[in-house]
Amino acid sequence: MKQQSLENLTRGIIRENPIFVMMLGMCPTLGVTTSAINGVGMGTATLFTLILSNFMISLVKNIIPETVRIPCYIVIIASFVTIIDLLMQAYLPELHLALGIYIPLIVVNCIILGRAEAFASKNSVLQSIYDGIGMGCGFLLALTLLGSLRELLGNGTLFGWDLFGEHITPMLIFIMPPGAFLALAAIILTVNKLRRNRQ
Amino acid sequence: MISYFTIFIGAVFVNNIILTQFLGICPFMGVSKRISTALGMGMAVMFVMTLSTLITHILYYSYLKPNGLDFMMTVSFILVIASTVQMVEIIVKKTSPILYQALGIFLPLITTNCAVLGIAIITIQKNYTLMASLWYAFSSAVGFTLATVIFAGIRERMALNQIPQSLQGTPIALITAGLISMAFMGFAGIIH
Repeated sequence: MKQQSLENLTRGIIRENPIFVMMLGMCPTLGVTTSAINGVGMGTATLFTLILSNFMISLVKNIIPETVRIPCYIVIIASFVTIIDLLMQAYLPELHLALGIYIPLIVVNCIILGRAEAFASKNSVLQSIYDGIGMGCGFLLALTLLGSLRELLGNGTLFGWDLFGEHITPMLIFIMPPGAFLALAAIILTVNKLRRNRQ
Repeated sequence: MISYFTIFIGAVFVNNIILTQFLGICPFMGVSKRISTALGMGMAVMFVMTLSTLITHILYYSYLKPNGLDFMMTVSFILVIASTVQMVEIIVKKTSPILYQALGIFLPLITTNCAVLGIAIITIQKNYTLMASLWYAFSSAVGFTLATVIFAGIRERMALNQIPQSLQGTPIALITAGLISMAFMGFAGIIH
């Protein structure tokens, strides 16, 4: 049992990472990662939504009739997203402005509905929370990595700190839309290469 | 006053929904292996996006806003969109089997297409009138179709090429999308 809990907790972080391995939730991944701090903000918002929705859905899974389960899940997820949206608006107004449209769009992030359907609807409350933490951390990690890479290459800074000074002209393309695709391609390429080498 | 022409050019080329706003990436990557499926998906998105924007716009201005329920926007919009998609599927299935064969398999996928919810919220944020909202939703869907069809065309040809093993699948698709996005950046500055 303890083994299983640990497995659920760590699985999402590397081995079944939602972005690098399963390719879920690409829209916010590409859209908000123009800087490392945006990546962390979006990742954290998704992490909390995922934990809360996994918790709630596993709690009520026996009450919801099988045929209308998807709309019910969506309403639960949307309610939590609204709460997080309002909290961010109140306490982190700058980040809220930077993430903009992508906060309400957490609702349609495939990771959350995917975990609700694949895990929380079949497992106990505690295990679902573990799964939410694991998958959410994997997502947070991926967004932070992509945001850091893009900020470093495109702006020459990391979390706002200037690393290169005047010596290097940053490649602006990486904080523009095409850079999102290219940077993610580079990261996934590296992940694929590493996985192949290990096999 | 923004003219309808500006909205169209802006939504299709300058601020293309996929290539610069990253909404609807999942179907963009998923169903774009062949031009015919890409076109089918594009048509389905065009239909659903315009229809759901019409409903959400009316819902927001006639019920949510007067009652101070702005914060319920996300919850109510996603419900409206999900049920609209279901209803369209049922109606199309009953009335037009030909249309259903063309669009049917794409309709369930659209519920989780963030572009539909995204556009509905953006039109509210931009304070568009009803007509402008509908036109903006339609133009965005045209932009979606354009990008997906171009992408599918390139992927059809790429299937015949030899690609290094580590690049196969997602990485090469992302690089292709990045290059198309770069090409679309050439349109920036046409309008502001």
